Amino acid sequence: MTLFPRHVDAKTRRHNFLRAFAPAWLKCPLLWFLPLLFLGVFFFLPLFKILAFTFDLSALTTSNLQLAFRVLLFTFYQALLSTFLTLLAGLPSAYLFARYDFRGKSLLRALTAVPFMLPTVVVAAGFNALLGPRGWVSVIFPLSSFQFTGTLGAILLAHIFYNTTIVIRIVGNALSRFDPKLEQAARSLGADSRRAWWNVTLPLLRPPLLAAALLVFLFDFTSFGVILLLGGPRFATLEVEIYIQALQLFNLPLAALLSLIQLLSTLAFSALYTRLVTRTTVQSAPRSAESNVRKAGSLREKIFVASFIFLLSSFFILPMLALPLRSISRLDANRADRAQIQTGFIPDYYTELFINRRDSIFYVPPVRAAFNSLGYAGATVLLSLLLGFPAASALAKPGRLEKILDPILMLPLGASAVTLGLGFIIAFGRLLTSPFLVPLAHTLIALPFVIRTLQSSIASIPDRLRQAAASLGASPFRVWQTVDWPILRRATLSASIFAFTISLGEFGATALLSRPEYPTIPVAIYRFLSQPGGLNYGQAMAMATLLMALTTVGILLIEKLRLPGAGEF
Amino acid sequence: MKRILYISLFVFLLSACAPKPSGPQTLTVMTHDSFAVSENVVQAFEQANNAKVTFIKSGDTGAALNKAILTKDAPLADVFYGVDNTFLSRALDADIYEPYDSPALKNIPAEFQLDPSRRALPVDYGDVCINYDKAYFASRNLPIPQSLEDLTKPEYKGLLVVENPATSSPGLAFLLATVKHFGDPNYLGYWKDLRANGLVVVDGWETAYYTNFSGSSGKGPQPMVVSYGTSPAAEVMFAQTPLSDSPTASIIGPDTCFRQIEFVGILKGTQRRALAEKFVDFALGAQFQADMPAQMFVYPVAPNITLPDAFVKYSQTAPQPAAISPADIAANRDAWIQNWTDAVLR
Amino acid sequence: MLELRGVYKTYEGQPLLRGISFAVDESETICLLGASGSGKSTLLRMIAGLELPDAGQILWDGHDLAYTPPHLRDFGLVFQDYALFPHLTVSENAAFGLKMRNWPKNKIQERVTEVLNIVNLNSFGNRKVTDLSGGEQQRVAFARALAPRPRLLMFDEPLGALDRALREYLLNQLRGILHRTGIPAIYVTHDQQEAISIADRVLLLHDGQIARQGSPKEVWENPGSAWAAEFLGLGNVIEGLKVEGWKVETKFGIFDVRCGHRHRDGEKVHLLVRPLQAGEGGVIRGRAEDVVFQSDRFKVTLDNGLYFYLDDEPKVGEKIEVKVKLECLG
Repeated sequence: MTLFPRHVDAKTRRHNFLRAFAPAWLKCPLLWFLPLLFLGVFFFLPLFKILAFTFDLSALTTSNLQLAFRVLLFTFYQALLSTFLTLLAGLPSAYLFARYDFRGKSLLRALTAVPFMLPTVVVAAGFNALLGPRGWVSVIFPLSSFQFTGTLGAILLAHIFYNTTIVIRIVGNALSRFDPKLEQAARSLGADSRRAWWNVTLPLLRPPLLAAALLVFLFDFTSFGVILLLGGPRFATLEVEIYIQALQLFNLPLAALLSLIQLLSTLAFSALYTRLVTRTTVQSAPRSAESNVRKAGSLREKIFVASFIFLLSSFFILPMLALPLRSISRLDANRADRAQIQTGFIPDYYTELFINRRDSIFYVPPVRAAFNSLGYAGATVLLSLLLGFPAASALAKPGRLEKILDPILMLPLGASAVTLGLGFIIAFGRLLTSPFLVPLAHTLIALPFVIRTLQSSIASIPDRLRQAAASLGASPFRVWQTVDWPILRRATLSASIFAFTISLGEFGATALLSRPEYPTIPVAIYRFLSQPGGLNYGQAMAMATLLMALTTVGILLIEKLRLPGAGEF
Repeated sequence: MKRILYISLFVFLLSACAPKPSGPQTLTVMTHDSFAVSENVVQAFEQANNAKVTFIKSGDTGAALNKAILTKDAPLADVFYGVDNTFLSRALDADIYEPYDSPALKNIPAEFQLDPSRRALPVDYGDVCINYDKAYFASRNLPIPQSLEDLTKPEYKGLLVVENPATSSPGLAFLLATVKHFGDPNYLGYWKDLRANGLVVVDGWETAYYTNFSGSSGKGPQPMVVSYGTSPAAEVMFAQTPLSDSPTASIIGPDTCFRQIEFVGILKGTQRRALAEKFVDFALGAQFQADMPAQMFVYPVAPNITLPDAFVKYSQTAPQPAAISPADIAANRDAWIQNWTDAVLR
Repeated sequence: MLELRGVYKTYEGQPLLRGISFAVDESETICLLGASGSGKSTLLRMIAGLELPDAGQILWDGHDLAYTPPHLRDFGLVFQDYALFPHLTVSENAAFGLKMRNWPKNKIQERVTEVLNIVNLNSFGNRKVTDLSGGEQQRVAFARALAPRPRLLMFDEPLGALDRALREYLLNQLRGILHRTGIPAIYVTHDQQEAISIADRVLLLHDGQIARQGSPKEVWENPGSAWAAEFLGLGNVIEGLKVEGWKVETKFGIFDVRCGHRHRDGEKVHLLVRPLQAGEGGVIRGRAEDVVFQSDRFKVTLDNGLYFYLDDEPKVGEKIEVKVKLECLG
């Protein structure tokens, strides 16, 4: 029975556009030039210098290799577990934000990004203030006692706390552009909501899901502060071991060996990711994000929305809320009466921030620290978008060159920060005092996020849209401006927020590279916390509260402004 | 695309241009993160010598020293401040200092002068001691432990938090105190007893003090922590409301404290030797020595310096601090740490 | 079979559907015809269970479907832009509904081959749906909805994006399949040609209500309202005042029109002037302003705005008279 004629329509031809406007062999090197130059100068040069300087074949002893293997195994194990748990927490949250409209949504979404940039000591203090033996929970339920630091649970919990926002941003961004008709088609074909999610939504979310998983995994894999401060000395990841070997025991050859192992592992994971994702990227017509958003309708939806808002709030906001509460509550008076926490609310810690009590030369008023932080963050956003857009565009249509370059772009995330820091010292010497190195270092960390966020978005734009615009007489730049940009607006927003928060919260590189006279807020927090005294602790908490407020306001502002010139798609 | 190129070129050019010295000579001082000094003290030095002082902070003591060693062929700074006796041998072996026989040294007691070659000059000292939460012990009528041995008694089970000697300088100092007191390898047996008595180990001082120690504002679970002899004074000076007494105190017993002495030295290859000498003299001089107790919570090595009130009242120095020679430390520290790790953490 | 009783739906505070009632009989294809934004797609989505009505009932064999989720309704839905699963092949798309019904593998294989044969895509099984042309995608979407043998098929402007020739061809085939399989169907479109080709019964949706329903012949012969006549493009709709007897006064002259006894004298009425010459009725006069040849005749627009189809070509500017039939629209 042949009812329908074959080949009635002409087949769409791809890549006409590319052929018409720039030869492919020229286009890619052009896009790659800036990002690679940047990586070459600020990543590969210092890394190569330090490894060439310190690596020694004599490090390849049996005991060293045994140590390396044991540490690698634990690093891998905790990263895998953390990534899995983070996805478990992040997926429903991403769904919540992408699909449902509720009161206070943008605030809650902004708040989930705040942990991402909190210094580890502050997070530890936050959890302790909430769950510790004299925390708020035990004040309310006196029976509960809770050993937070020093357990694998603390590591996992902190990793989830830190990285869930990555899943929310990347997967949620993809979900909100997801065509709801696909799920509806599945429902009308007899799939219940669970099977529709499993058989349609989830497979289509694979690229952003893998991207988010990879970033989370690399963050967990190279985890340093969390392991050191929350996990305690019984746990060591590669990065912690590198730190101990290089800076405490001065066993540089072993540190170099561990760095190489970490680097190669990162390369392997990234390459695996590239293979997985290029096989599964699917183009689909873009949606306006708003058309997917609605209020919870049925009772089941209402229960889901309400319970997840509750869970997210209690998991993300309570530990952070514990700090502002500490920062305005009196802790010192009547020390003899330790059973209770005094509840005098006082702004002293905040006013104290503005007083240079010791006339220290390194004293910086909080406004200055905030100003420094914001300046570095702004520069990081600009620089990482500038470098991220060309790279992401090139990666969106992977050719032979891109399959090789893609994993390389991820390397800065997986490289040992300690090793890289030493490399910076050797490679740049006295330039180290230049304040411009800080945003450059932040960009190095933010770039993989920016590229991943933009790339899956660029890849999802069907070529025919660009071809249509080109055929209407738009120059390549106009095509980008009128077709790509409106669709990429959301992804750009997410990318900017990543760059912004990474820069605001970054501590390791900043501590190394920033001049003591220009500290950022996290550096200022550590300065307070490195000395005993209730006032120092209170000021640190006040400063952390300031950092949280700044981040929340910053994210809300970026989201409200929606980046200038971007019309509603 | 063109504009992008221009902007990036601009950024590169900016980043390539380090601030250039102009007018007064610039002296660069490399130090650790805990370094602090009063503004007017530095200004006094700058005015007297027509100089500008720039500080580079490079992490904790170990990290800062290792960075100085890595860059010794092209030093980032003229002076390095803050190597302590636990790292002294490493600094001397790496030969990062130029000798300088400062005239100021003659006032400084011989006990601090650990480097006869005059490359590393003592500048401050402090004791690493166990701090305890006074209120905790008072409210339970629990006697304060008086010695290292007391800490293994069952009534102190789970009450002590220490830092990992592999990652923390006070942690290492306390380990060295036990090595001195019990000898090698008996200290390991002591640590195994401590472990059996519910010892808590964390990686850094910040966590130990603010998250685990009950005497701090963090209100943690352990009433005893390895910290500094000056911490009780800091608790008073940085109290939120004026305190009549410190909430914490140190346990001063035989070998319960380890003395850390910090050194300053002129880095090899400096272009400003004369100015660097003046800075070292200045650091050993009365004005700087009097400034540092309140800034860094350490004691001056120079005699006859007036200490802040809180120091006199609440800070304690051990009459018999544990001491091990820098050479011994250098020869054994890795093995001591490794064996400690195997005994306590595995 | 399917029955709707007084279905209401508001959209962003505005009433969209205001009491829709109709039934679909066995083997019947009904066509919902309405302008875009008239709520016809929403009506389909409510029948499919993807949205809930604010009031009213949707019943199957007298059984209320309010608590039946979409996947248990067993209705097939073909979306406007097909909504094919881009990560699956043609066969996997067609097999989706069967898989969800837990058919055994060999049965699925058999049925997929069968439906792909019906839509003549049997050699396309392993192709990616993203590589297909629009017409091919449409056929996959149809095959996918047809495969599980649903008890009702629904089409949401399924041919909107295709060219005219292909559309007519596909429509004829679709009608054949629907009649052969006997599956009742609801077809939503804004294109009256599509409606005529496929429908056993047409429902005109206007202003949230069903303005007119009947077989295509009934509706086209007697649209029943000025809106329907204009929407269906039946001819010139003119306004007039009823004067004494059967007479209606318009600016084109006074005509004899049978408007029944519903209208009083002096009341406003709408007349349909079909653009074809007729033996009796009235006479319209005017100058030819625009003349366009249309395959077998000429479309002539007069200076008074009315248009007619004439066999002979008038000159532009020429004075002409057209004998017309006038129908009262109420």
